[in-house]
Amino acid sequence: MSNLINILQYQFIERAIIAGLFLGVVCAVMGVFLVLRKMSLIGDGLAHISFGAIAIGLVFGLYPLIIALPLVIIASLIIYALTRNHIIEGDAIIGILAALGLAIGVILSSISTGFNVDIFSYLFGNILAITQQELSFVIIGSITILSIIILFYQEFMAISFNPEQAKISGISVTILDILFSIITAITVIMSVKLAGALLVSALIILPASSSLQIAKSFQNTILFAIIFALISIIGGIVISLLINIPTGATIVTVNAAIFFFILLIKLLKSNQ
Amino acid sequence: MKNPIISILDLSVEFNNIKVLDNINLDIYQNDFIGIAGPNGAGKSTLIKTLLNLNNYTGTIKLWDTPLNKFKNWNYIGYLPQSLNQYSHQFPATVEEIVSLGLISALKWPRILDAESIKRVSDILTELEINNLAKTSIHDLSGGQRQRVWLAKALVSKPKVLILDEPTNALDPEIRKVFYEQITKLHKKGVAIILITHDTSDIGTYAKKLLLLDTKVIFWGEFSDICNSKEMSNYFGEEAKHFICHQHE
Repeated sequence: MSNLINILQYQFIERAIIAGLFLGVVCAVMGVFLVLRKMSLIGDGLAHISFGAIAIGLVFGLYPLIIALPLVIIASLIIYALTRNHIIEGDAIIGILAALGLAIGVILSSISTGFNVDIFSYLFGNILAITQQELSFVIIGSITILSIIILFYQEFMAISFNPEQAKISGISVTILDILFSIITAITVIMSVKLAGALLVSALIILPASSSLQIAKSFQNTILFAIIFALISIIGGIVISLLINIPTGATIVTVNAAIFFFILLIKLLKSNQ
Repeated sequence: MKNPIISILDLSVEFNNIKVLDNINLDIYQNDFIGIAGPNGAGKSTLIKTLLNLNNYTGTIKLWDTPLNKFKNWNYIGYLPQSLNQYSHQFPATVEEIVSLGLISALKWPRILDAESIKRVSDILTELEINNLAKTSIHDLSGGQRQRVWLAKALVSKPKVLILDEPTNALDPEIRKVFYEQITKLHKKGVAIILITHDTSDIGTYAKKLLLLDTKVIFWGEFSDICNSKEMSNYFGEEAKHFICHQHE
Protein backbone atom coordinates (compact mmCIF):
# COMPACT_ATOMS: atom_id res chain seq x y z
CA MET A 1 0.00 0.00 0.00
CA SER A 2 2.81 2.42 0.95
CA ASN A 3 4.36 1.50 -2.38
CA LEU A 4 1.18 2.59 -4.15
CA ILE A 5 1.06 5.87 -2.19
CA ASN A 6 4.65 6.55 -3.20
CA ILE A 7 3.85 5.84 -6.86
CA LEU A 8 0.82 8.12 -6.76
CA GLN A 9 3.05 11.02 -5.76
CA TYR A 10 4.97 10.97 -9.03
CA GLN A 11 4.18 13.94 -11.22
CA PHE A 12 3.43 11.80 -14.30
CA ILE A 13 0.90 9.79 -12.27
CA GLU A 14 -0.71 13.01 -11.06
CA ARG A 15 -0.98 14.19 -14.66
CA ALA A 16 -2.50 10.84 -15.70
CA ILE A 17 -5.11 10.95 -12.92
CA ILE A 18 -6.11 14.57 -13.65
CA ALA A 19 -6.36 13.89 -17.41
CA GLY A 20 -8.24 10.64 -16.74
CA LEU A 21 -10.81 12.35 -14.52
CA PHE A 22 -11.49 15.12 -17.06
CA LEU A 23 -11.72 12.66 -19.95
CA GLY A 24 -13.88 10.28 -17.94
CA VAL A 25 -16.47 12.99 -17.31
CA VAL A 26 -16.47 14.24 -20.92
CA CYS A 27 -16.67 10.75 -22.46
CA ALA A 28 -19.46 9.74 -20.07
CA VAL A 29 -21.57 12.82 -20.83
CA MET A 30 -21.00 12.64 -24.59
CA GLY A 31 -21.63 8.89 -24.44
CA VAL A 32 -25.17 9.36 -23.08
CA PHE A 33 -26.14 11.53 -26.06
CA LEU A 34 -24.30 9.33 -28.60
CA VAL A 35 -25.80 6.07 -27.33
CA LEU A 36 -29.32 7.51 -27.24
CA ARG A 37 -28.93 8.83 -30.79
CA LYS A 38 -27.69 5.39 -31.92
CA MET A 39 -24.34 6.92 -32.82
CA SER A 40 -22.19 4.79 -30.48
CA LEU A 41 -20.01 3.54 -33.32
CA ILE A 42 -18.94 7.01 -34.38
CA GLY A 43 -16.47 7.07 -31.46
CA ASP A 44 -14.85 3.89 -32.75
CA GLY A 45 -14.78 5.16 -36.34
CA LEU A 46 -13.31 8.55 -35.47
CA ALA A 47 -10.69 6.92 -33.24
CA HIS A 48 -9.53 4.73 -36.14
CA ILE A 49 -9.45 7.78 -38.40
CA SER A 50 -7.38 9.59 -35.75
CA PHE A 51 -4.84 6.77 -35.90
CA GLY A 52 -4.19 7.47 -39.59
CA ALA A 53 -4.15 11.23 -38.96
CA ILE A 54 -1.66 10.86 -36.08
CA ALA A 55 0.59 8.74 -38.34
CA ILE A 56 0.56 11.56 -40.93
CA GLY A 57 1.62 14.00 -38.21
CA LEU A 58 4.44 11.73 -37.08
CA VAL A 59 5.70 11.19 -40.65
CA PHE A 60 5.96 14.92 -41.21
CA GLY A 61 7.52 15.46 -37.78
CA LEU A 62 4.57 17.58 -36.62
CA TYR A 63 2.81 17.41 -33.27
CA PRO A 64 0.41 14.52 -34.05
CA LEU A 65 -2.67 15.64 -32.14
CA ILE A 66 -2.59 19.07 -33.78
CA ILE A 67 -2.67 17.39 -37.23
CA ALA A 68 -5.27 14.85 -36.13
CA LEU A 69 -7.69 17.40 -34.68
CA PRO A 70 -8.75 19.15 -37.93
CA LEU A 71 -8.67 15.90 -39.93
CA VAL A 72 -10.93 14.06 -37.47
CA ILE A 73 -13.29 17.03 -37.24
CA ILE A 74 -13.54 17.04 -41.06
CA ALA A 75 -14.19 13.28 -41.05
CA SER A 76 -16.90 13.72 -38.41
CA LEU A 77 -18.58 16.42 -40.51
CA ILE A 78 -18.35 14.25 -43.66
CA ILE A 79 -20.05 11.39 -41.79
CA TYR A 80 -22.78 13.78 -40.62
CA ALA A 81 -23.33 15.34 -44.06
CA LEU A 82 -23.50 12.01 -45.92
CA THR A 83 -25.86 10.37 -43.42
CA ARG A 84 -28.09 13.44 -43.07
CA ASN A 85 -28.63 13.57 -46.81
CA HIS A 86 -29.23 9.79 -46.93
CA ILE A 87 -26.39 9.35 -49.42
CA ILE A 88 -25.06 6.40 -47.42
CA GLU A 89 -26.00 4.69 -44.16
CA GLY A 90 -24.13 5.99 -41.10
CA ASP A 91 -22.56 2.66 -40.11
CA ALA A 92 -21.30 2.10 -43.67
CA ILE A 93 -19.51 5.45 -44.00
CA ILE A 94 -18.11 5.11 -40.46
CA GLY A 95 -16.78 1.66 -41.40
CA ILE A 96 -15.26 2.95 -44.66
CA LEU A 97 -13.48 5.95 -43.10
CA ALA A 98 -12.36 3.91 -40.07
CA ALA A 99 -10.79 1.25 -42.28
CA LEU A 100 -9.13 3.97 -44.40
CA GLY A 101 -7.72 5.66 -41.28
CA LEU A 102 -6.34 2.41 -39.93
CA ALA A 103 -4.90 1.46 -43.34
CA ILE A 104 -3.13 4.83 -43.68
CA GLY A 105 -1.70 4.38 -40.18
CA VAL A 106 -0.42 0.87 -40.92
CA ILE A 107 1.11 1.89 -44.30
CA LEU A 108 2.86 4.96 -42.88
CA SER A 109 4.22 3.07 -39.87
CA SER A 110 5.54 0.30 -42.14
CA ILE A 111 7.38 2.63 -44.55
CA SER A 112 8.74 4.93 -41.87
CA THR A 113 11.22 4.14 -39.18
CA GLY A 114 11.70 5.67 -35.80
CA PHE A 115 8.14 6.49 -34.77
CA ASN A 116 6.68 3.02 -34.39
CA VAL A 117 6.91 3.24 -30.58
CA ASP A 118 5.09 6.61 -30.67
CA ILE A 119 2.32 5.38 -32.93
CA PHE A 120 1.71 2.29 -30.84
CA SER A 121 1.15 4.51 -27.79
CA TYR A 122 -1.71 6.11 -29.76
CA LEU A 123 -2.99 2.74 -30.94
CA PHE A 124 -3.12 1.14 -27.49
CA GLY A 125 -3.07 4.28 -25.32
CA ASN A 126 -0.59 5.33 -22.65
CA ILE A 127 -2.09 7.80 -20.24
CA LEU A 128 0.98 7.56 -18.01
CA ALA A 129 3.03 9.15 -20.81
CA ILE A 130 0.77 12.20 -21.09
CA THR A 131 2.79 15.42 -21.28
CA GLN A 132 2.04 18.74 -19.56
CA GLN A 133 1.11 20.18 -22.95
CA GLU A 134 -1.33 17.34 -23.63
CA LEU A 135 -2.80 17.71 -20.15
CA SER A 136 -3.46 21.41 -20.83
CA PHE A 137 -5.16 20.44 -24.11
CA VAL A 138 -7.33 17.90 -22.27
CA ILE A 139 -8.33 20.35 -19.50
CA ILE A 140 -9.17 23.22 -21.88
CA GLY A 141 -10.95 20.88 -24.32
CA SER A 142 -12.96 19.20 -21.55
CA ILE A 143 -14.07 22.49 -19.97
CA THR A 144 -15.08 23.81 -23.41
CA ILE A 145 -17.09 20.68 -24.28
CA LEU A 146 -18.81 20.52 -20.88
CA SER A 147 -19.69 24.23 -21.11
CA ILE A 148 -21.25 23.66 -24.55
CA ILE A 149 -23.24 20.71 -23.19
CA ILE A 150 -24.49 22.76 -20.22
CA LEU A 151 -25.45 25.73 -22.42
CA PHE A 152 -27.30 23.53 -24.94
CA TYR A 153 -28.48 20.84 -22.48
CA GLN A 154 -32.20 21.26 -23.22
CA GLU A 155 -31.59 21.42 -26.98
CA PHE A 156 -29.33 18.34 -27.09
CA MET A 157 -31.81 16.43 -24.91
CA ALA A 158 -34.70 17.45 -27.18
CA ILE A 159 -32.80 16.38 -30.33
CA SER A 160 -31.86 13.05 -28.72
CA PHE A 161 -35.52 12.52 -27.77
CA ASN A 162 -37.01 13.37 -31.17
CA PRO A 163 -35.21 15.52 -33.79
CA GLU A 164 -38.43 16.36 -35.66
CA GLN A 165 -40.17 17.67 -32.58
CA ALA A 166 -37.01 19.55 -31.61
CA LYS A 167 -37.19 21.33 -34.96
CA ILE A 168 -40.84 22.21 -34.36
CA SER A 169 -39.76 23.81 -31.06
CA GLY A 170 -37.66 26.22 -33.10
CA ILE A 171 -34.32 24.53 -32.42
CA SER A 172 -31.72 24.83 -35.22
CA VAL A 173 -31.19 21.07 -35.36
CA THR A 174 -28.70 21.16 -38.26
CA ILE A 175 -26.44 23.75 -36.62
CA LEU A 176 -26.49 21.90 -33.29
CA ASP A 177 -25.81 18.58 -35.04
CA ILE A 178 -22.74 20.14 -36.67
CA LEU A 179 -21.60 21.50 -33.29
CA PHE A 180 -22.18 18.07 -31.76
CA SER A 181 -20.14 16.37 -34.53
CA ILE A 182 -17.26 18.76 -33.82
CA ILE A 183 -17.24 18.18 -30.05
CA THR A 184 -17.51 14.42 -30.62
CA ALA A 185 -14.36 14.59 -32.75
CA ILE A 186 -12.54 16.65 -30.10
CA THR A 187 -13.61 14.16 -27.38
CA VAL A 188 -12.19 11.25 -29.38
CA ILE A 189 -8.91 13.02 -30.14
CA MET A 190 -8.41 13.96 -26.49
CA SER A 191 -9.13 10.40 -25.36
CA VAL A 192 -6.84 8.57 -27.81
CA LYS A 193 -3.86 9.06 -25.49
CA LEU A 194 -5.84 7.63 -22.56
CA ALA A 195 -7.24 4.42 -24.02
CA GLY A 196 -5.76 4.22 -27.53
CA ALA A 197 -7.53 4.32 -30.89
CA LEU A 198 -8.69 0.74 -30.47
CA LEU A 199 -10.37 1.24 -27.10
CA VAL A 200 -11.57 4.85 -27.09
CA SER A 201 -15.14 3.99 -28.00
CA ALA A 202 -15.41 1.84 -24.85
CA LEU A 203 -14.88 4.96 -22.71
CA ILE A 204 -17.78 6.59 -24.53
CA ILE A 205 -20.20 3.66 -24.75
CA LEU A 206 -19.71 1.73 -21.49
CA PRO A 207 -20.48 4.32 -18.75
CA ALA A 208 -23.58 5.47 -20.67
CA SER A 209 -24.73 1.89 -21.30
CA SER A 210 -24.28 0.96 -17.62
CA SER A 211 -26.17 4.05 -16.53
CA LEU A 212 -29.04 3.44 -18.96
CA GLN A 213 -29.68 0.10 -17.27
CA ILE A 214 -30.64 1.72 -13.98
CA ALA A 215 -31.44 5.43 -14.40
CA LYS A 216 -35.06 6.55 -14.67
CA SER A 217 -34.40 10.19 -15.53
CA PHE A 218 -32.16 11.90 -18.07
CA GLN A 219 -30.34 13.86 -15.38
CA ASN A 220 -29.60 10.71 -13.37
CA THR A 221 -28.40 8.92 -16.51
CA ILE A 222 -25.72 11.56 -16.95
CA LEU A 223 -24.89 11.58 -13.24
CA PHE A 224 -24.54 7.77 -12.98
CA ALA A 225 -22.51 7.63 -16.21
CA ILE A 226 -20.05 10.16 -14.73
CA ILE A 227 -19.81 8.17 -11.47
CA PHE A 228 -19.15 4.88 -13.33
CA ALA A 229 -16.56 6.58 -15.53
CA LEU A 230 -14.71 8.06 -12.54
CA ILE A 231 -14.72 4.73 -10.67
CA SER A 232 -13.33 3.01 -13.78
CA ILE A 233 -10.63 5.62 -14.36
CA ILE A 234 -9.36 5.70 -10.77
CA GLY A 235 -9.83 1.94 -10.31
CA GLY A 236 -8.16 1.23 -13.66
CA ILE A 237 -5.13 3.42 -12.95
CA VAL A 238 -4.64 1.98 -9.43
CA ILE A 239 -5.06 -1.67 -10.52
CA SER A 240 -2.75 -1.21 -13.52
CA LEU A 241 -0.05 0.29 -11.29
CA LEU A 242 -0.44 -2.43 -8.65
CA ILE A 243 -0.11 -5.36 -11.01
CA ASN A 244 1.84 -3.63 -13.77
CA ILE A 245 -0.57 -4.00 -16.72
CA PRO A 246 -1.56 -1.45 -19.43
CA THR A 247 -3.61 1.38 -17.91
CA GLY A 248 -6.02 2.12 -20.81
CA ALA A 249 -7.01 -1.51 -21.21
CA THR A 250 -7.46 -1.87 -17.43
CA ILE A 251 -9.78 1.18 -17.34
CA VAL A 252 -11.87 -0.32 -20.12
CA THR A 253 -11.96 -3.70 -18.34
CA VAL A 254 -13.16 -2.11 -15.08
CA ASN A 255 -15.79 -0.22 -17.11
CA ALA A 256 -16.95 -3.45 -18.74
CA ALA A 257 -17.01 -5.23 -15.34
CA ILE A 258 -19.34 -2.53 -13.98
CA PHE A 259 -21.58 -2.87 -17.04
CA PHE A 260 -21.88 -6.66 -16.81
CA PHE A 261 -22.36 -6.54 -13.03
CA ILE A 262 -25.28 -4.10 -13.42
CA LEU A 263 -26.72 -6.14 -16.28
CA LEU A 264 -26.52 -9.32 -14.20
CA ILE A 265 -28.25 -7.70 -11.21
CA LYS A 266 -30.95 -6.34 -13.52
CA LEU A 267 -31.54 -9.72 -15.14
CA LEU A 268 -31.68 -11.46 -11.75
CA LYS A 269 -34.17 -8.87 -10.47
CA SER A 270 -36.38 -9.18 -13.54
CA ASN A 271 -36.47 -12.97 -13.12
CA GLN A 272 -37.58 -12.75 -9.47
CA MET B 1 -62.75 40.22 -38.88
CA LYS B 2 -59.26 40.10 -37.37
CA ASN B 3 -56.25 38.91 -39.39
CA PRO B 4 -55.92 35.16 -39.77
CA ILE B 5 -53.38 33.47 -37.49
CA ILE B 6 -52.53 31.01 -40.28
CA SER B 7 -52.81 32.02 -43.90
CA ILE B 8 -52.17 29.54 -46.71
CA LEU B 9 -52.08 30.64 -50.33
CA ASP B 10 -51.65 28.33 -53.36
CA LEU B 11 -49.82 25.73 -51.28
CA SER B 12 -48.52 22.65 -53.09
CA VAL B 13 -46.25 19.89 -51.80
CA GLU B 14 -44.56 17.18 -53.86
CA PHE B 15 -42.67 14.07 -52.76
CA ASN B 16 -40.66 12.34 -55.51
CA ASN B 17 -42.57 14.27 -58.19
CA ILE B 18 -45.92 13.09 -56.80
CA LYS B 19 -48.28 15.86 -55.70
CA VAL B 20 -49.37 15.29 -52.13
CA LEU B 21 -51.03 18.68 -51.70
CA ASP B 22 -52.35 20.66 -54.62
CA ASN B 23 -53.18 24.35 -54.54
CA ILE B 24 -54.46 24.64 -50.98
CA ASN B 25 -55.91 27.98 -49.88
CA LEU B 26 -57.03 28.52 -46.27
CA ASP B 27 -57.30 31.19 -43.62
CA ILE B 28 -57.47 30.04 -40.00
CA TYR B 29 -58.58 32.41 -37.23
CA GLN B 30 -57.97 32.51 -33.50
CA ASN B 31 -61.53 31.42 -32.64
CA ASP B 32 -61.50 28.42 -35.02
CA PHE B 33 -61.96 24.77 -34.06
CA ILE B 34 -61.19 22.97 -37.30
CA GLY B 35 -61.56 19.30 -38.06
CA ILE B 36 -59.43 17.96 -40.91
CA ALA B 37 -60.69 14.76 -42.51
CA GLY B 38 -59.93 12.78 -45.64
CA PRO B 39 -58.93 9.32 -46.82
CA ASN B 40 -55.50 7.77 -46.14
CA GLY B 41 -52.83 9.57 -48.13
CA ALA B 42 -55.06 12.64 -48.57
CA GLY B 43 -52.28 14.90 -47.30
CA LYS B 44 -53.70 15.70 -43.85
CA SER B 45 -50.50 15.09 -41.88
CA THR B 46 -48.43 16.57 -44.74
CA LEU B 47 -50.43 19.79 -44.47
CA ILE B 48 -49.72 19.99 -40.73
CA LYS B 49 -46.03 19.13 -41.11
CA THR B 50 -45.72 21.76 -43.84
CA LEU B 51 -47.27 24.34 -41.52
CA LEU B 52 -44.68 23.30 -38.94
CA ASN B 53 -41.89 23.97 -41.47
CA LEU B 54 -40.88 20.32 -41.84
CA ASN B 55 -41.55 20.00 -45.61
CA ASN B 56 -40.48 21.84 -48.74
CA TYR B 57 -43.39 23.53 -50.49
CA THR B 58 -44.44 26.05 -53.12
CA GLY B 59 -46.90 28.83 -52.36
CA THR B 60 -47.17 31.11 -49.36
CA ILE B 61 -47.66 30.29 -45.70
CA LYS B 62 -47.92 33.03 -43.12
CA LEU B 63 -48.16 32.48 -39.37
CA TRP B 64 -49.36 35.55 -37.52
CA ASP B 65 -48.62 37.63 -40.63
CA THR B 66 -45.00 36.42 -40.72
CA PRO B 67 -43.74 34.28 -43.63
CA LEU B 68 -43.10 30.72 -42.39
CA ASN B 69 -39.34 30.83 -43.05
CA LYS B 70 -39.01 33.93 -40.85
CA PHE B 71 -41.39 32.81 -38.11
CA LYS B 72 -39.74 32.55 -34.68
CA ASN B 73 -42.58 32.38 -32.14
CA TRP B 74 -42.90 28.61 -32.12
CA ASN B 75 -44.26 28.79 -28.58
CA TYR B 76 -47.51 30.04 -30.20
CA ILE B 77 -48.02 26.52 -31.57
CA GLY B 78 -48.65 23.38 -29.52
CA TYR B 79 -48.40 20.12 -31.44
CA LEU B 80 -49.51 16.65 -30.42
CA PRO B 81 -48.01 14.21 -32.95
CA GLN B 82 -49.75 11.17 -34.39
CA SER B 83 -47.37 8.67 -32.82
CA LEU B 84 -46.37 9.19 -29.21
CA ASN B 85 -43.74 6.47 -29.40
CA GLN B 86 -41.24 8.06 -31.75
CA TYR B 87 -38.28 7.93 -29.39
CA SER B 88 -35.64 5.42 -28.41
CA HIS B 89 -37.19 2.66 -26.28
CA GLN B 90 -34.41 3.20 -23.76
CA PHE B 91 -34.68 7.00 -23.60
CA PRO B 92 -34.53 7.74 -19.87
CA ALA B 93 -36.81 10.58 -18.88
CA THR B 94 -39.36 11.46 -16.26
CA VAL B 95 -42.70 13.05 -17.06
CA GLU B 96 -41.53 16.47 -15.88
CA GLU B 97 -38.38 16.26 -18.03
CA ILE B 98 -40.45 15.52 -21.14
CA VAL B 99 -42.99 18.25 -20.39
CA SER B 100 -40.16 20.75 -19.81
CA LEU B 101 -38.98 20.09 -23.39
CA GLY B 102 -42.21 21.81 -24.48
CA LEU B 103 -40.91 25.02 -22.91
CA ILE B 104 -37.88 25.23 -25.20
CA SER B 105 -39.73 27.35 -27.77
CA ALA B 106 -40.72 29.85 -25.06
CA LEU B 107 -37.27 30.19 -23.44
CA LYS B 108 -34.51 32.52 -24.52
CA TRP B 109 -31.00 31.12 -24.93
CA PRO B 110 -29.34 29.78 -22.84
CA ARG B 111 -32.46 27.73 -22.26
CA ILE B 112 -31.76 26.78 -18.67
CA LEU B 113 -34.90 26.05 -16.66
CA ASP B 114 -35.44 28.71 -13.99
CA ALA B 115 -37.85 28.63 -11.03
CA GLU B 116 -40.63 30.14 -13.16
CA SER B 117 -40.24 27.42 -15.82
CA ILE B 118 -40.30 24.67 -13.20
CA LYS B 119 -43.47 26.20 -11.72
CA ARG B 120 -45.05 26.35 -15.20
CA VAL B 121 -44.35 22.62 -15.69
CA SER B 122 -45.84 21.85 -12.28
CA ASP B 123 -48.92 24.03 -13.06
CA ILE B 124 -49.70 22.30 -16.35
CA LEU B 125 -49.30 18.87 -14.74
CA THR B 126 -51.74 19.94 -12.03
CA GLU B 127 -54.14 21.36 -14.62
CA LEU B 128 -54.22 18.03 -16.46
CA GLU B 129 -54.41 16.13 -13.17
CA ILE B 130 -51.12 14.25 -13.65
CA ASN B 131 -49.01 16.02 -11.03
CA ASN B 132 -48.62 12.70 -9.21
CA LEU B 133 -46.75 11.37 -12.28
CA ALA B 134 -44.10 14.15 -12.33
CA LYS B 135 -41.22 11.88 -11.27
CA THR B 136 -42.50 8.77 -13.10
CA SER B 137 -40.49 7.34 -15.98
CA ILE B 138 -42.21 7.79 -19.36
CA HIS B 139 -41.85 4.05 -19.88
CA ASP B 140 -44.11 3.32 -16.91
CA LEU B 141 -47.18 5.20 -18.25
CA SER B 142 -50.44 3.79 -19.57
CA GLY B 143 -51.73 4.90 -23.00
CA GLY B 144 -54.10 7.45 -21.48
CA GLN B 145 -51.45 8.84 -19.13
CA ARG B 146 -48.97 9.13 -21.97
CA GLN B 147 -51.55 11.07 -24.00
CA ARG B 148 -52.00 13.56 -21.16
CA VAL B 149 -48.25 13.93 -20.69
CA TRP B 150 -47.78 14.72 -24.39
CA LEU B 151 -50.71 17.12 -24.21
CA ALA B 152 -49.02 18.80 -21.23
CA LYS B 153 -45.82 19.09 -23.30
CA ALA B 154 -47.82 20.72 -26.13
CA LEU B 155 -49.59 23.13 -23.76
CA VAL B 156 -46.79 24.09 -21.35
CA SER B 157 -45.67 27.04 -23.51
CA LYS B 158 -49.24 28.45 -23.45
CA PRO B 159 -49.80 28.11 -27.22
CA LYS B 160 -52.35 30.15 -29.17
CA VAL B 161 -53.12 27.22 -31.46
CA LEU B 162 -53.10 23.52 -30.68
CA ILE B 163 -52.60 21.03 -33.52
CA LEU B 164 -53.71 17.46 -32.84
CA ASP B 165 -52.79 14.73 -35.33
CA GLU B 166 -55.02 11.65 -34.80
CA PRO B 167 -54.88 12.22 -31.03
CA THR B 168 -57.26 9.53 -29.85
CA ASN B 169 -56.20 6.56 -31.99
CA ALA B 170 -54.97 4.46 -29.08
CA LEU B 171 -57.46 5.55 -26.45
CA ASP B 172 -60.50 3.73 -25.15
CA PRO B 173 -63.88 5.54 -25.50
CA GLU B 174 -64.04 6.83 -21.92
CA ILE B 175 -60.54 8.38 -21.92
CA ARG B 176 -61.26 9.70 -25.40
CA LYS B 177 -64.31 11.58 -24.10
CA VAL B 178 -62.30 13.09 -21.23
CA PHE B 179 -59.59 14.07 -23.70
CA TYR B 180 -62.03 15.93 -25.96
CA GLU B 181 -63.61 17.64 -22.95
CA GLN B 182 -60.17 19.03 -22.10
CA ILE B 183 -59.68 20.19 -25.69
CA THR B 184 -63.11 21.87 -25.74
CA LYS B 185 -62.27 23.63 -22.47
CA LEU B 186 -59.04 24.93 -24.03
CA HIS B 187 -60.92 26.20 -27.06
CA LYS B 188 -63.35 28.06 -24.79
CA LYS B 189 -60.30 29.73 -23.19
CA GLY B 190 -59.34 31.09 -26.62
CA VAL B 191 -56.95 28.46 -28.03
CA ALA B 192 -57.53 27.71 -31.73
CA ILE B 193 -57.76 23.96 -32.37
CA ILE B 194 -56.79 22.07 -35.52
CA LEU B 195 -57.82 18.43 -35.25
CA ILE B 196 -56.93 15.69 -37.70
CA THR B 197 -58.89 12.50 -37.24
CA HIS B 198 -60.24 9.58 -39.20
CA ASP B 199 -63.27 9.62 -36.97
CA THR B 200 -65.65 12.10 -38.59
CA SER B 201 -68.10 11.73 -35.70
CA ASP B 202 -65.45 13.32 -33.42
CA ILE B 203 -65.16 16.20 -35.88
CA GLY B 204 -68.94 16.51 -36.10
CA THR B 205 -69.24 16.56 -32.32
CA TYR B 206 -66.45 18.94 -31.40
CA ALA B 207 -65.22 20.97 -34.41
CA LYS B 208 -66.94 24.04 -35.83
CA LYS B 209 -65.42 23.94 -39.30
CA LEU B 210 -64.51 21.08 -41.59
CA LEU B 211 -61.62 20.80 -44.00
CA LEU B 212 -62.10 17.77 -46.22
CA LEU B 213 -58.87 17.01 -48.05
CA ASP B 214 -58.01 14.63 -50.84
CA THR B 215 -54.77 16.15 -52.13
CA LYS B 216 -56.98 19.14 -53.02
CA VAL B 217 -59.50 20.89 -50.81
CA ILE B 218 -62.83 19.06 -51.29
CA PHE B 219 -64.73 21.11 -48.75
CA TRP B 220 -63.76 23.95 -46.46
CA GLY B 221 -66.27 25.75 -44.29
CA GLU B 222 -68.95 25.61 -41.62
CA PHE B 223 -70.82 22.33 -41.11
CA SER B 224 -74.10 24.01 -42.02
CA ASP B 225 -72.75 24.59 -45.53
CA ILE B 226 -71.89 20.94 -46.20
CA CYS B 227 -75.28 20.02 -47.65
CA ASN B 228 -75.29 23.00 -49.98
CA SER B 229 -71.79 22.35 -51.23
CA LYS B 230 -71.35 21.65 -54.95
CA GLU B 231 -67.87 20.26 -54.27
CA MET B 232 -69.32 17.70 -51.84
CA SER B 233 -71.84 16.63 -54.49
CA ASN B 234 -69.08 16.28 -57.05
CA TYR B 235 -66.81 14.36 -54.67
CA PHE B 236 -69.34 11.98 -53.09
CA GLY B 237 -72.00 11.95 -55.81
CA GLU B 238 -75.45 13.40 -55.31
CA GLU B 239 -76.92 10.26 -53.71
CA ALA B 240 -74.13 9.77 -51.23
CA LYS B 241 -74.27 13.45 -50.32
CA HIS B 242 -77.97 13.19 -49.59
CA PHE B 243 -77.26 10.17 -47.43
CA ILE B 244 -74.56 12.06 -45.48
CA CYS B 245 -76.82 15.08 -45.03
CA HIS B 246 -79.68 12.89 -43.95
CA GLN B 247 -77.43 11.20 -41.35
CA HIS B 248 -76.27 14.59 -40.15
CA GLU B 249 -79.85 15.76 -39.60
